[in-house]
Amino acid sequence: MRPEPLQASFLNRAVRKSLLASLVALTAAVAVPAGAQDLKAVMHSGIRVLDPIITTAHITRNHGYMIYDTLLGVDENMKPQPQMASWTVSDDGLVYSFTLRDGLKWHDGQPVTAEDCVASLKRWADRDGGGQMLMRSTRSIEAKDAKTIVLTLSEPFAYVIELIAKPSAVPAFMMPKRMAGTPSTEAIKEHVGSGPFRFVESAFQPGVRIVYEKNKDYMPRSEPASWTAGGKVVKVDTVEWVTMPDAQTAINALNSGEIDFIEQPQIDLLPLLTSNDELEVGVLNTLGYQTMGRVNFLYPPFDNPKIRRAALMAMKQEDVLGALVGNPDYYSVCGAMYGCGTPLGTDAGAGTLLTGGDPAGAKALLKEAGYDGTPVVLMQPTDVTTVSPQPVVAAQLLRNAGFTVDLQPMDWQTLVTRRASQAKPSEGGWNMFFTNWVIPEVWNPIVNPMLNGGGRKAAWFGWPDDPKLEELRKAFVTVKTDGERKAIAADIQKHAYETVNYIPLGQYVPPAAWSKSLSGLMKSPITTFWNIAKAE
Amino acid sequence: MTGYLIRRVLAAVPVMVVVALFVFLLLRLTPGDPAAIIAGDMATPEQLERIRGQLGLNEPIYVQFVTWSMQLLTGDFGTSLISQTPVTTLIGQRLEPTVSLALMTILLSVLIAVPMGVVAAWRHGTWIDNIVMSASVLGFSIPVFVIGYIFIQIFAIEFKLLPVQGFRSIFNGFGGFLERAILPSLSLASIYIALIARMTRASMLDVLGEDYVRTARAKGLGENIVLFRHALRNAAVPIMTVIGTGFALMISGVVVTESVFNIPGLGRLTVDAILARDYPVIQGLILFTSGLYVLINLLIDLSYAFLDPRIRY
Repeated sequence: MRPEPLQASFLNRAVRKSLLASLVALTAAVAVPAGAQDLKAVMHSGIRVLDPIITTAHITRNHGYMIYDTLLGVDENMKPQPQMASWTVSDDGLVYSFTLRDGLKWHDGQPVTAEDCVASLKRWADRDGGGQMLMRSTRSIEAKDAKTIVLTLSEPFAYVIELIAKPSAVPAFMMPKRMAGTPSTEAIKEHVGSGPFRFVESAFQPGVRIVYEKNKDYMPRSEPASWTAGGKVVKVDTVEWVTMPDAQTAINALNSGEIDFIEQPQIDLLPLLTSNDELEVGVLNTLGYQTMGRVNFLYPPFDNPKIRRAALMAMKQEDVLGALVGNPDYYSVCGAMYGCGTPLGTDAGAGTLLTGGDPAGAKALLKEAGYDGTPVVLMQPTDVTTVSPQPVVAAQLLRNAGFTVDLQPMDWQTLVTRRASQAKPSEGGWNMFFTNWVIPEVWNPIVNPMLNGGGRKAAWFGWPDDPKLEELRKAFVTVKTDGERKAIAADIQKHAYETVNYIPLGQYVPPAAWSKSLSGLMKSPITTFWNIAKAE
Repeated sequence: MTGYLIRRVLAAVPVMVVVALFVFLLLRLTPGDPAAIIAGDMATPEQLERIRGQLGLNEPIYVQFVTWSMQLLTGDFGTSLISQTPVTTLIGQRLEPTVSLALMTILLSVLIAVPMGVVAAWRHGTWIDNIVMSASVLGFSIPVFVIGYIFIQIFAIEFKLLPVQGFRSIFNGFGGFLERAILPSLSLASIYIALIARMTRASMLDVLGEDYVRTARAKGLGENIVLFRHALRNAAVPIMTVIGTGFALMISGVVVTESVFNIPGLGRLTVDAILARDYPVIQGLILFTSGLYVLINLLIDLSYAFLDPRIRY
């Protein structure tokens, strides 16, 4: 069914006829010619940075999965699987050997070699937090021959495979050695991968459009596609990502058949899509996002653990999610710092987050802690819809509990600069801000950026100095069984809740929308375009 | 005339220098860090510092200004910090959509508004005048994005006559270009039609009371000749000023229209660059549009001499 025609009441037949006649005269070519195998998609943002290692931007990560490949992938069971390479581990768990599969070629026709992959792994590890941790436990990483990469640990580190396979935020993409030799803080100049699509450089307009064409030389694995693992079989000729800054325009374009896919349509506009029989709306990223708040451990009032605890007790996830997402079909209350629905996901320690908050308890705790009314400087970005509502709701929840709140609106750019400041809140610093993560970015204590107790120098913004947390994280990577890991992960979460390392504010899943002419769309935390066919 | 031209071009140089200095300093005083945009959410302070160093953002401001000025003198506007694309390439990519939109809009506006204004003045105080004036108040008052959405709903979604969005270069076929340009141009023209029609009416009303118009009528000339050859030409100077400044405004970017119709023009480039604190792109864009303003103002001034022979430079 088509959307309700809004104009029907104010256009009579005669006017329609004359409009039609004049427009037909004005328009030389009416039909929009569409290549049957050209898939057009509107992604969650425009792409400007093309180096998937230098940035953690999700759109660049998605671009990375189009043109690059990874040694290992992750399947829908969240298990690492071979992708470009298979692996073996020595009995003592200190030597990992990766063997490249046959037929791998870069887009310039050169064969993929182990040397290329060693250089790529080193560049990735220089940039990625988990990679840095791995490298601290690594003695050497070298090419044994053209097809074999050997990583030798200096001490037990049981998370090697999971890190090299991780799908977000910075996956270990493989590049030719000449590109991987670029410092990790300098963007690469070429865009040559070995992935299922090639980047069409001549069609690239930063922030406007990017075009990929099928890599005809790509040899997919034989297993069925599953998340970033399995056979990446490309069934269309080109994929074009068109940037549409206006959400309504994207909806109109999908309704009129000018595009085939919207990665994250605005939830309040979904009725405009669900009423069209030619379209499908559904959740592909079933794990979704975690929204969260982080406090600054360096300055009052949140240098006091009891006051941090009061802030946590003041929070009500349902209120935050209601303002952020609106439709309960797409969000859930979740106390798991590693995300609900993940292997390590647990409610351990979540307490009042699961029971709708406890403002009275928070008030009592504030009194007990001797809170003196020091204002909480809360940063609110006004220009990014996915992080704009949380501070407003949180400010009111904190006020309800007795906090004095100084809600400061600003643009996201100002926020990301200011949150890096370790100055006092009254001198350009801050007390609290909010952001969102895709679940694979938080799903274990190694990749979860907040669970780092390295203090001013090493921890993520907010800078908790927490030696016990670091000790627990170290234990997490040294134990050998999944059961032991799970137990330590739960201990880490309990400890993180006790210290109020951060405040998870719930989980939400963004729906996607697509034309029914598409088939084979895969449920995955990363939007991928292999396996998708488009009907003529 | 040549001396006047040289003087005007030379006068533009200090204007551009002041603009360059002002924009450079203003941007550096605005909070924001392009390195944070590039690095994303997970960057450590140490990584941000390394990226800043790589981009030259750790240099003292005067060093950055001198480096940029030296580049400008060689015609190099610099490279985007975010996309690593030369600023001239970015402006070049976005110029055609913006110029096309501006030209189409001005063309439609003039074709519709000038006859409307002339007729309204000619039939001053009658129902025709009232309709024209009411329509122009409406055109002025309804936001462009509302008109844009209404046009899209009618012509693109309901009747499927035109595409919802996008831009196609005129060099890839006039039909494809026109079908995508017509709705945004019409939407944007609604304001300019209102503005030009009102200006034409007011200017014509002044002129229609002049002795030479009465003389022309007394000679027995047809009303069309009196209105369009005698009156309109003399009323054209203020109309031309409105058209020229309107065109310059559109070249510097019409963000809302570009967003509603997904036109990759200079307006969107400017907003994106500002949000990302992409200094070289913002600086380049402002210098470019300032230069364009100077040029268009010069052309408007020169057109006065053509329209009114009494004006000499």
